[in-house]
Amino acid sequence: MLENFQLHRLPAEDEALRAPLRQLLAEHLAGLPLSQRARSWMGFDASLSRRLGAAGYLGLTLPRRYGGQERSPFARFVVVEELLAAGAPVAAHWIADRQSGPLILHFGTEAQRDRFLPGIARGELYFCIGMSEPGSGSDLASVRSRAEPVDGGWKLNGQKIWTTNAQHDDYMIALVRTSGTAADRQAGLSQFIVDMRAPGVVVRPIRDLAGDEHFAEVFFEDVHLGEDMLVGQEGAGWAQVNAELAFERSGPERIYSSIVLLDAWIAHLRASERMDGSTATLVGRLTAELATLRALSVAVTARLAAGEQPVVEASILKDLGTAFEQALPTLIADDLASHPAETPADELVRTLAYVAQIAPSFSLRGGTREILRGIIARGLGLR
Amino acid sequence: MDSLLLDSFVKLLGEVSTPAQVRALEAGGPVDPVWSALSESGFLDALLVESQGGAGLDLSDVAPLLLALGAHAVALPVAETMAARALLGAAAVEHPGGPVVLADFRAGPGGLVPTAACSTHALADMGDCLALFAIADLDTRRPGIHGSLALAFGDVGSAPRLAEIPRPAAGLRAIAAVIRAASIAGAAGRVLDMTVAYAGERLQFGKPIGKQQAVQQQLAVMAERSVAARMAALIGCSDGLDPRPAIAAVAKQVTSAAAIEIANIAHAVHGAIGISEEYDLQLFTRRLHEWRMADGSESWWAARLGEWRLQSSDASSVDYIRGIECA
Repeated sequence: MLENFQLHRLPAEDEALRAPLRQLLAEHLAGLPLSQRARSWMGFDASLSRRLGAAGYLGLTLPRRYGGQERSPFARFVVVEELLAAGAPVAAHWIADRQSGPLILHFGTEAQRDRFLPGIARGELYFCIGMSEPGSGSDLASVRSRAEPVDGGWKLNGQKIWTTNAQHDDYMIALVRTSGTAADRQAGLSQFIVDMRAPGVVVRPIRDLAGDEHFAEVFFEDVHLGEDMLVGQEGAGWAQVNAELAFERSGPERIYSSIVLLDAWIAHLRASERMDGSTATLVGRLTAELATLRALSVAVTARLAAGEQPVVEASILKDLGTAFEQALPTLIADDLASHPAETPADELVRTLAYVAQIAPSFSLRGGTREILRGIIARGLGLR
Repeated sequence: MDSLLLDSFVKLLGEVSTPAQVRALEAGGPVDPVWSALSESGFLDALLVESQGGAGLDLSDVAPLLLALGAHAVALPVAETMAARALLGAAAVEHPGGPVVLADFRAGPGGLVPTAACSTHALADMGDCLALFAIADLDTRRPGIHGSLALAFGDVGSAPRLAEIPRPAAGLRAIAAVIRAASIAGAAGRVLDMTVAYAGERLQFGKPIGKQQAVQQQLAVMAERSVAARMAALIGCSDGLDPRPAIAAVAKQVTSAAAIEIANIAHAVHGAIGISEEYDLQLFTRRLHEWRMADGSESWWAARLGEWRLQSSDASSVDYIRGIECA
């Protein structure tokens, strides 16, 4: 297991993507306040996504014949790292670019690839993930939403919840039951592409503790799905979802969710000319941890580049990364509040409060800490 | 690196650094048989240039060897001697042949130096140069830690300098910390293997304790910390024998912080047997504690790295880290 993480250097041709992307972001994000940047891959800005698509920064790993750039996962790492470091509001294209596109490429039909991938690469087609249900969170195999075969396709009934950006997105890739019952567990599950504007689909945004509506509940009532909306094999949904989750868990967004806050705090320390021993020790500790996490993230990217599905490695990275992301607001809040003579800018205070409030979600979304550790334990041969 | 090279090194360590031999050295047993075998193997000259009879390997090439040293709880300064021979060789100074430790005498006596009690020489950072000393010529003290081969050094005074060579830009502590980080990471991997194996064998409540979710979660955390420690050590080994200080700081901060958590989980899972002398776990966890403190603990390096970060012109953490990792 340990040997699966090797030190890799990002290829020069991929590093070259940084400078022009930085310029685009500097223009597009000018004036965007820190507390909005801190929302990053929860922030929705379709105009940015279309601009990134037009400039060739999306669909980087997709083949050219589907509108992609046919580049390696390292190229995507560089682009994603730049977007997150800048706090770019990337939610519109995020899930489509990260996992729906690769899923359709791997498991979809040629017609599905032709229909969906070019729009994803242009930053125009947005996807959400239909996994959680009111009774199915970590126990994903217990999903009850059900698609029954009918003439010309399927009829979908059920409900999804905690679906990020469902109210803004064009399509959902939903994991639903196509045979058997919830007692059959992983057997009998399938994935469908659901048109979010189809009759019978109702979306109700859910307000979160930070005042945003970043997720929603989604109801399906006799929603007709064409035969061509089944992704991959009927009944193979579980294996496909796990392949998809490897993409979902392996990216640098699992180490950079609080990066805007970290950089804002360091800017505050510099402005305050504070460099005493305990301050420097905290800055150094966080820098060392982040440097190691970044190298681990590049190492997981290398496994993706080798064509593997690094399920265990991605779980290790995500659990380490989210622990770091969650520690940041805790440590920074303690630091600022133990220096009452300094007056941090309101924008820093707002950013800190937002990250502190939303931080519990870091180790829920994409698989809880306990589920990830169970996957790691399986990788260790314990279960 | 060549996996044949690593395989033969691991085979050698399996012969000369068995748990029984580690215990014998700790009890004051003879160094010579083990050291002769290591010397004859040629591995001590791995970093020496080929024209001086070495293998001409880079530090990143030998990183797997350094990890293997930690994984075998080797009680002698093998990696330190590799580095010392290369540094002396670069200055055209013949190496002394025996085990050499790396020490930092810039601000007077530093902390404890592991394995110094079974070494013949110390290569020390004097601030303006590196000086080679015979340990017998130095004022030394064993603090009386059970099983430890570490020495405390007193004032150097007028102890004869057997050689003086140019000081690397980052001094000696950076490379010493990188080597120590690799030892920690290697030992961490071994302790993880031992603990996972034990959890699969030890039966309680009618099943292996490794089937208990609470134990699985702890072992997963241990694996995560071992992965992080190993990557930090690899980062450390990526910058040669004169590593930039920030590289050394990343390596030693992360490995030192992980060392204690890994040791603690290993003992928690092993229960009372792990505390016993006859069980091998203690050979590794005692070292994890000693190595964590040697060559600067996590907070010592964190404070340095934090100062450099706050003084750097990089606005973003990503740019600062890319500067460390890419240069």
